[in-house]
Amino acid sequence: MDFLIFKAPILMVQASLDGILLGILFALIAYGMALQWGVMNIINIAQGDLVILGGYIAYSMYLAGIHPAWGVIVSPIIMFFVGWGLYKLVINKVVDRDLFISILATFGIAIVFQQLMNFIFGADVVVAQSEYGTTMLFDNSVTLPNSKIFSAFISVLYAIALVVYMKKSKLGRAIRATAQNARAAKILGVDTEKVYAATFGINAALCGIAGALISITLTLHPYVGLPYTVRSFMIVIVAGLGNLPAVAISGMGLGLFEEFADYILGTEFRIGAVFMLLVLILVYRRFKLSKKREYLK
Amino acid sequence: MNKLVKLFTIFISAITLTLASISSSFAKVEGEYIVLGSAISLTGKYSSNGVHTQNGYNMAVERINKMGGVKVGGKSYKFEIIYYDDESNPKRAAQLAERLIKQDGVHYMLGPYSSGLTKAIAPVTEKYKIPMVEANGASRSLFTKGYKYLFAVLSPANQYLEVAIDLAVEKNGGKPVKIAQAFEQDAFSQDVRLGILDAAKRTGSTIIIDDKLPKELNDMAATLAKVKATKPDVLVVSGHTKGALTAIRQISEMKVDVPMLAMTHCDAAKLSKQHGKKSEYALCASQWHKNLSYKDKFFGSGKKYDKDFKKEFGYAPPYQSAESSAALLVFKDAFERANSFDRDKVRDALKTTEMQTFYGNIKFGPGGQNTAKPMILFQVRCKGDVCENKVVAPTKWASDKFYHPIPKWSERS
Repeated sequence: MDFLIFKAPILMVQASLDGILLGILFALIAYGMALQWGVMNIINIAQGDLVILGGYIAYSMYLAGIHPAWGVIVSPIIMFFVGWGLYKLVINKVVDRDLFISILATFGIAIVFQQLMNFIFGADVVVAQSEYGTTMLFDNSVTLPNSKIFSAFISVLYAIALVVYMKKSKLGRAIRATAQNARAAKILGVDTEKVYAATFGINAALCGIAGALISITLTLHPYVGLPYTVRSFMIVIVAGLGNLPAVAISGMGLGLFEEFADYILGTEFRIGAVFMLLVLILVYRRFKLSKKREYLK
Repeated sequence: MNKLVKLFTIFISAITLTLASISSSFAKVEGEYIVLGSAISLTGKYSSNGVHTQNGYNMAVERINKMGGVKVGGKSYKFEIIYYDDESNPKRAAQLAERLIKQDGVHYMLGPYSSGLTKAIAPVTEKYKIPMVEANGASRSLFTKGYKYLFAVLSPANQYLEVAIDLAVEKNGGKPVKIAQAFEQDAFSQDVRLGILDAAKRTGSTIIIDDKLPKELNDMAATLAKVKATKPDVLVVSGHTKGALTAIRQISEMKVDVPMLAMTHCDAAKLSKQHGKKSEYALCASQWHKNLSYKDKFFGSGKKYDKDFKKEFGYAPPYQSAESSAALLVFKDAFERANSFDRDKVRDALKTTEMQTFYGNIKFGPGGQNTAKPMILFQVRCKGDVCENKVVAPTKWASDKFYHPIPKWSERS
């Protein structure tokens, strides 16, 4: 236990901002996962590896002399087709099987992606430089990297764009219809096969954006995908499927909780604390559900 | 007829079995070759350093073979290495060690890359009484288990940054310092931490932040905010290449001012190349640097090794390659002194090794660690946009003066 944060309250501002900014980025990845989980009933273990691949696309641009921030436009375009291709190649064969099969299949995809990235980009940890500088608040006692602010801003922008697209466009409506009842949608003329492929593509594109942002805020390595999968899984579990505001709040909430756990319990309990919280939430949910069932009786 | 077939099968299997047992008992030395075995990470997360290690081994094999080989019993032998890819996976590494020993009949082993994999292999080589000279496992726990067949040419992990604390105290006019530290939770980094704890105790210094970073961590913002608030005299970070890159990225972005920053894995992370001027003034622990004045007759000096290695492999040798080459020099020396291929005689000869190589002096302590070679510290210094690692400690080899304290971010261009 450490109470430094209470002795220096300015640290609370720093912790809150750090937690929220990073939480928004994680919420973007989680939204992709929630979307595809809701529509296709697939838990994508390769989610984090798609993120890292997106990051490597931005990093390759950086190596070629292009500013890595352009990756937030290029990376989702490429990743959309990667996602589409993955669906046609693997996912369409497991989409209506039970959850276990799809978890296995995406786990396999994760391994293949890791090895491919290792083969193409090497096993070194890499970073892309944005040179965005730093925003200093409160007489330099709170510092925020502009790259983190930029990534939170881009994440929000894309999230809004996606919500509008899902509401207004034909494909968006088709996706929502399929999520509600795939069979009924099919009867009414929705090409569910196409909807599934597009959903998987959109999810991969979201991962691509997040990856490009991670290349300028954190670090890239072929084998660091799994923590991103686990994190987005947790956010989705807490928020529920198909509910963007809840995903955003749960993403930021977990980010905040993690930062404060770091300050108060110590860095070694940072991730453990988040898992503890997850267990508590699941227990609470179960408790609530069991009450409901009694009421129905 | 059926009986005849059965008899024939038994006969053939008997012959195969006999041949197999004969070939394995002689496989340690085949004709004019002494066969060494190594499981090494050619794929997976350690593959870049795995390849550096393999290149170091290969370079030494080629050089020793070209310069007359190993003389045992008046006859000259050449080295040959059987490699298997351990996929950066400890379980696989242990399996491959068994395979090298039991199927390929290897009687002498070279180490893999990383402390974790060496830890996986050491119990196997110990069980079969196979001498192993390793060059890439620095964890202190390797040398406290009482292994009798393990020899490491490198300095143990707890020595990596001890010198840095001494240096900080010296710069503080001999007075104790305030230390902030953040270490990843793995065997190697935690051993580096133990070294710092020892140094702090010895100098009377206090540790004001002691963070343990989870393996998955890629964000140190909380630790660094604490550092900003508490203003320590020295910040120590060790978390492999990811830790080094994350630390420099966030220290520069959060404008954290500390008088001294000590780290590990700067060269493996290509810090000066990836972060450029942001990494300037970082102090890094290293096993070896080409400018050291050690010499041997195979590679000449460190500078010559650097030149020859570049010519052969097209890149400057990291210390992982240099120490791997040194492992073969140790084996050669031991074989010649033992004047025998008997495993226990070779082991006894290894135990009494006392030699100088281009990589440094080598003499093994009771646990198998190299006690004759100090760690060195270099500091990243930049001229314009080009940054280089300059040796600053120990003073004997220092090419540049240690720059202290690090200028504030507001004063850095």
